[in-house]
Amino acid sequence: MPLIRKRLVLTLAGFGALLLAALVTGPLIGSTHISLGKVFDRSIPFADNADAQIFFIARLPRVLAAALVGASLAAAGVVFQALLRNPLATPDTLGVSSGAALGAMLAITFHIDFALGGIPSVPLASFAGSVGALGIVYALASARRRGLSTIVLLLAGVTMTAFFQALILFTQYLADFADTFRTVRWLMGTLDVGSYAPILAALPIVLLAFAMLATLPRSLDLISLGTDAAAARGVNVVAAERMALASASLATGAAVSLAGPVGFIGLVVPHLVRLVVGSDHRLVLPASALFGAAFLIGCDAIARTIWSSGELPVGIVTALIGGPFFLWLLVRK
Amino acid sequence: MLTADRVSFAYRAGAPLVVNDASLTLAQGDLVGILGPNGSGKTTLLKMLSGTLTPTAGTITFDRRPLSGWTRRELARRIALVPQETHAPFDFTVLDIVLMGRFPHLGAFALEGPADLEIARQALASTGTSAFEDRPFATLSGGEKQRVVIASALAQSPELLLLDEPTASLDLGHQLDVQLLLHNLNSERGVTMVLSTHDLNLAAALCRHLILLRDGRVVAQGPTDEVLTPATVRALYGVDADVHRHAAAGHLTVTPIGRVR
Repeated sequence: MPLIRKRLVLTLAGFGALLLAALVTGPLIGSTHISLGKVFDRSIPFADNADAQIFFIARLPRVLAAALVGASLAAAGVVFQALLRNPLATPDTLGVSSGAALGAMLAITFHIDFALGGIPSVPLASFAGSVGALGIVYALASARRRGLSTIVLLLAGVTMTAFFQALILFTQYLADFADTFRTVRWLMGTLDVGSYAPILAALPIVLLAFAMLATLPRSLDLISLGTDAAAARGVNVVAAERMALASASLATGAAVSLAGPVGFIGLVVPHLVRLVVGSDHRLVLPASALFGAAFLIGCDAIARTIWSSGELPVGIVTALIGGPFFLWLLVRK
Repeated sequence: MLTADRVSFAYRAGAPLVVNDASLTLAQGDLVGILGPNGSGKTTLLKMLSGTLTPTAGTITFDRRPLSGWTRRELARRIALVPQETHAPFDFTVLDIVLMGRFPHLGAFALEGPADLEIARQALASTGTSAFEDRPFATLSGGEKQRVVIASALAQSPELLLLDEPTASLDLGHQLDVQLLLHNLNSERGVTMVLSTHDLNLAAALCRHLILLRDGRVVAQGPTDEVLTPATVRALYGVDADVHRHAAAGHLTVTPIGRVR
């Protein structure tokens, strides 16, 4: 087996090229045909260039949102799977996205309408919900003196998810028809962000999360084999676990507040990537982020074009593709 | 090399002491076995010696410096711990697992280089696991896994190797393989070793010194031939046993006769 350095370069180059291809072709796909040549034709003023307007105003924000959300959810999935030593963990396992969903439900149902620096209340409330959920899980798991207990984390996450779901249903019960329609649509997950502003708002949080994640991959390799063994190899387990939990939750919260709970990305993408690059987290983590971005761009292209009379919420597409695919992956061996 | 001075440990304040006032001294090249019934504190004592658990009372000194004065990474370059069982939730290859032993020797963002690969391959060779290099760890048998985990610990280049029940759940052939491997590592490469075990015959064959633990207390310690007697076996396990030197094996053997009524 070649040295890790060579494998890392190959992995980054391969998955990076895939993402680049998705970023360029994604905005070209849609109900109206546009040509890449005309989009970048500088001789036509932007105001008269319909192709450029469709590319930059209608489609590119959506593609960039897909990239940001896909990368965040896939990377968060990798981290939660390693942290919980469970390949079935997802960004939602610890209740972070349910907390985000509850925040959004409350903001929609109770018409909490304000904007902070151009960001509307629903994504803000959603992000607050995810931070709140993380805070509760974190406090529960750290109540024990020595590090975070995997079992406590898992059970707390499952319980919190069920509890948040009940609060979401309760909120929907109180809502009128129009608000219920909005909340249900939000829960389907959509990348129709409308402009660059929400992306720019989520970007610093995602970048911060990824900067934190970058310190983690080798510690995650060792922690996945057991915390005692990892500590004996020189890993500062408590610090690494806290960093992992915080960064993966931040990434999840940013992604869910931007697009709603888009399912299956955090589960399917890491498993697909491991088939190609193996299990070393120094390869799996960056490859999953890159492939998650490309994968969600692809799913959204399908969501935008598969149905002639409108656009499907991308969450429906990822679940329809991801569900059967993951079942196949499970029985394949 | 390492001294534990009256160390105790409780998992919570006020909880019963798992290890109670234990003292021991290790010299370079020692091969020490820790014996004791289930729940006697063997694993906890090993974890304290490795520095991954901090004693609630007493101090452990390694290379004339208290363990509390070492960083985790510094200590892991000198002391390795082989846990009782290693379960890999992902498809790591054998080489992946062994290379993880290089963790404490690499900087935060450094990747393993040719020198690290060479050390990992030597560790594989000295544990007889070179042939498995590219196989998924999860597909190995129990004995093969145990040797790979020992190889991973050797890749840490430790001076002190701590092993928690290294032969538990292995069949007789694999037990002897691991026994021979540990013997050779100690006699040929001078690795100091402490191992816990329930296998009295393994301890008698391999270890030059024994520490007997019961309810967290050291009830006896010293050279194997002096410490392993019918009286100590009875005191530890409540079992009447015949202890005698086996002519062919050349070491003490323990044959249980019956439970003490």
